[in-house]
Amino acid sequence: MNCPDCDGNINVPADASVGEIVSCPDCGADFEIAKKGGSIELKQAETVGEDWGE
Amino acid sequence: MSKISIIFDRVRAEEKMLQKEAESLGYDTTSIDAKTTRFSTESKKSDYDFGNVVLERCVSYYRGLHFTACLEFLGIPVINTFEVANNCGNKMLTSLLLSKNKVPTPKTYFSFSAEAARENLDKVGYPLVIKPIIGSWGRSVLPLKDKDTVDALFEIREYTDGPHDRIFYLQEMVKRPPRDLRAIIVGDEVVAAMYRKSSGFKTNIALGADAELCKITKEIEDLCLKASKAVGGGILGIDMMEDEKRGLVVHEVNNTVEFKGLAKVATKNIPKTMVEFAVNSVRK
Repeated sequence: MNCPDCDGNINVPADASVGEIVSCPDCGADFEIAKKGGSIELKQAETVGEDWGE
Repeated sequence: MSKISIIFDRVRAEEKMLQKEAESLGYDTTSIDAKTTRFSTESKKSDYDFGNVVLERCVSYYRGLHFTACLEFLGIPVINTFEVANNCGNKMLTSLLLSKNKVPTPKTYFSFSAEAARENLDKVGYPLVIKPIIGSWGRSVLPLKDKDTVDALFEIREYTDGPHDRIFYLQEMVKRPPRDLRAIIVGDEVVAAMYRKSSGFKTNIALGADAELCKITKEIEDLCLKASKAVGGGILGIDMMEDEKRGLVVHEVNNTVEFKGLAKVATKNIPKTMVEFAVNSVRK
């Protein structure tokens, strides 16, 4: 898939699931694998929040 | 056949391991994104298919906590419960519960203004450790060794003025070796423990501390059981320090425990134990 930011090529593993994070090897941006209708898309990953963690 | 749901907002290795183990055990398993789920005051259990039990695994504490409240409103069993998540997510509540239930814990001082926090520091003396009451991965956990540091930090808090900035949680700096302990308890079973070694002040694995498997002694087991009971029980990560004089003290109890590293070296299957506990908890 192409990076929504820089158009670089992002390799989404075949066994990846919705909710996983993938990074663009070119620009380093993080994206979340999401499902829209029947197809997979990349959406901007949330940034680390103040309440994130255990 | 039992059906189990795993609630996530970001799929990490832990959530994948839980899904895999649940499926291996033959349970109908669904992973559900908290970010795309909606509830209302009119919602009914029959509107959803969360199954017999839910494992709440959101990385965002508040998201997971409020999602749990909605599930419990519908009458769906959640591991951990809202009460437990609330008790563990707030360090002040955790400290109060540990102390109330006679679990050895570092001395901790609470105040609700910068002025009163300074009075606490003047009375107790340096060093103390300041921690945000909500937060993980060691964020904003800082040693307070002198007045200049306190003045700077309290001034920043006045400017940021978040709701939690007005609550000052000051903890004694425990004299300990350069490590702490993390044990994972599932129900009444301590399934694994590790040392977290760091040359720095913080020992969070998320910050790069080294993990080493730790033998589960009777002392560790007893302390974990007491700490778990104090906050309400469930699937928890118990953090302990080895105090020079008092022995082990519990300083934190974690609600949505991370176990990716420990699972690789532990003798017991951590995610499998968690899934079995969740399913068995609703069979009782």
